[in-house]
Amino acid sequence: MSFQEIFAQHQWQEISQQIYDKTETDVLFALQKKGKRDLEDFMALLSPAAEPFLEEMAVLSQRITQRRFGKVIQMYIPLYLSNECQNICTYCGFSLTNPIKRLTLTPEEVLSEVDIIKGYGFDHVLLVTGESTHVDVSYFKETLQLIRPFFSHISMEVQPLEETEYRQLIGEGLNTVYIYQETYGSLYDSYHPKGRKRNFEYRLETPDRLGKAGIHKIGLGCLLGLDDWRTDSWFTGLHLDYLEKQYWKTKFSISFPRIRPATGCIEPKVTLTNHQMVQLICAYRLFNENVELSLSTRETENFRNHVVTLGITSMSAGSKTDPGGYSLHQEALEQFTIEDNRSPQEIASILQSSGYEPVWKDWDMAMDMTA
Amino acid sequence: MLTIQGKQLNSRLFLGTGKFCSNEVMRDALLASQSELVTVALKRVKLQGSNDSMLDYLNLENVNLLPNTSGVRTAKEAVFLAELAREALETNWVKLEIHPDPRYLLPDPLETLTATETLAKKGFIVLPYINADPVLCKRLEEVGTAAVMPLGSPIGSNQGLETKAMLEIIIEQSNVPVVVDAGLGAPSHAAEAMEMGADAVLVNSAIAVARDPVMMANAFRQAVLAGREAFEAGLGPVTKEANATSLTEFLNVS
Repeated sequence: MSFQEIFAQHQWQEISQQIYDKTETDVLFALQKKGKRDLEDFMALLSPAAEPFLEEMAVLSQRITQRRFGKVIQMYIPLYLSNECQNICTYCGFSLTNPIKRLTLTPEEVLSEVDIIKGYGFDHVLLVTGESTHVDVSYFKETLQLIRPFFSHISMEVQPLEETEYRQLIGEGLNTVYIYQETYGSLYDSYHPKGRKRNFEYRLETPDRLGKAGIHKIGLGCLLGLDDWRTDSWFTGLHLDYLEKQYWKTKFSISFPRIRPATGCIEPKVTLTNHQMVQLICAYRLFNENVELSLSTRETENFRNHVVTLGITSMSAGSKTDPGGYSLHQEALEQFTIEDNRSPQEIASILQSSGYEPVWKDWDMAMDMTA
Repeated sequence: MLTIQGKQLNSRLFLGTGKFCSNEVMRDALLASQSELVTVALKRVKLQGSNDSMLDYLNLENVNLLPNTSGVRTAKEAVFLAELAREALETNWVKLEIHPDPRYLLPDPLETLTATETLAKKGFIVLPYINADPVLCKRLEEVGTAAVMPLGSPIGSNQGLETKAMLEIIIEQSNVPVVVDAGLGAPSHAAEAMEMGADAVLVNSAIAVARDPVMMANAFRQAVLAGREAFEAGLGPVTKEANATSLTEFLNVS
């Protein structure tokens, strides 16, 4: 059964109702469960009924994460290549109609950026772009060829591509692709009034194309704030469950971006409190003990300091969200506002003082280049 | 004394180096364990250039590195990586880990057999991580494996010797050292494996994630020594009844 078919069997309103109907008994059942927790348990852990059990969830989540991943955090940094975009996404700073300066880095500019982020100590890099016809597969290929001598692990967060295009990029050293559905609900259309991103189904099927292409890791997530976060996260879990069974050689990662202020953008429809954010992180961990959980610099310093030991496995540091942000120092190009502006070295020492080893290298390009 | 391909090791406890909260704690735990063979994931170290901080901490007297291929999905990838490691780390020892399943990290028997054969022919000393499959162990012997490393339970699970019935057969049949790897969550699990006659055990998570990894490393050291001594001393038979009445006593009655 394809994910489209599975997805069609689950109505947003019904799922949402089921989540809000969960009781303390359901939460206790999920918390005390011995075997693998399923989507029913995930509902309970995401529900308002779980809010009084936050401490219990955090203790379990920390223990499971330490056993599975150890006391280490994988470090990565985004490298924004372009903010050109032909989509209108009403929550995003790169949205087509936003009157910001547009820039796509030249090979020389990319290398200047690489030089700086290598100086910070990074070995895992995340390439990010908007969605534009100039910034296409051949640009990505050239960029991968250009930067792969400098990194052990390269991931991408760009527009959805075709399976054959993913195969080409994997052949050039691409290891991981992040593709967020943003929201699984019907508000998707209103947030995306123009551009190729309007096509909800094509985006929904992107992880399948990646899985078929043999990618090592797929990152999933929704943009928290667009619609009811509990329901959106449950659908992310449904997607994850399907993909894990379908593509058994692929790793998965979850991100939980909360909407951040960006120039000319909408206010979030719903806001998550820090308590709810912690609930969400722990719910994901209790639901899936093996999935990687990634935390970005959208979150504040204090929040990141504390939450990092509760289930997170990777985090970014020192991020700039504008193309050329590390070396060109231009303003007003950014995708969203960074909340944690500390340097990678500061973050690393905070991790160490929390009893965690920051890991800069946990892959080798040699493992991607023999496929 | 344990001997693998002519290499003599005083300790029957092998250590993994992942998951530790710092390189200092990893080194101290390693010293406390008195292990002489430690695995290091090739993906964690720099294979080109120098100045790898993790390797610096492992540069200790009596400690031999056993590079592992964790992360590869096929025999081809494993062979490629092992050859890079041989150049970079100047050792022909390799712990073969081919687990295409990223969740439970269960080893692929077919790819592992292929890679073992290829690497053995290329002069590597191969220690493959495998499921507790007695037939696979014999097949690996036939293609020149230096040892076999069957799992006690899924890696990192701390569940102990869930594969005990198969491990007993492997130990009984093996012509190469048997190293029980993965799933040993407590010193008692390690002792149990040694009492059964395993030649060595490999431990990582249970030490790395303990509240006090250094103390736990020492506990595993003692458990492995005790388990080995018990094996060599010969364990008494297990009986349920204290004094079973003899069924053949009547033969002695004239």
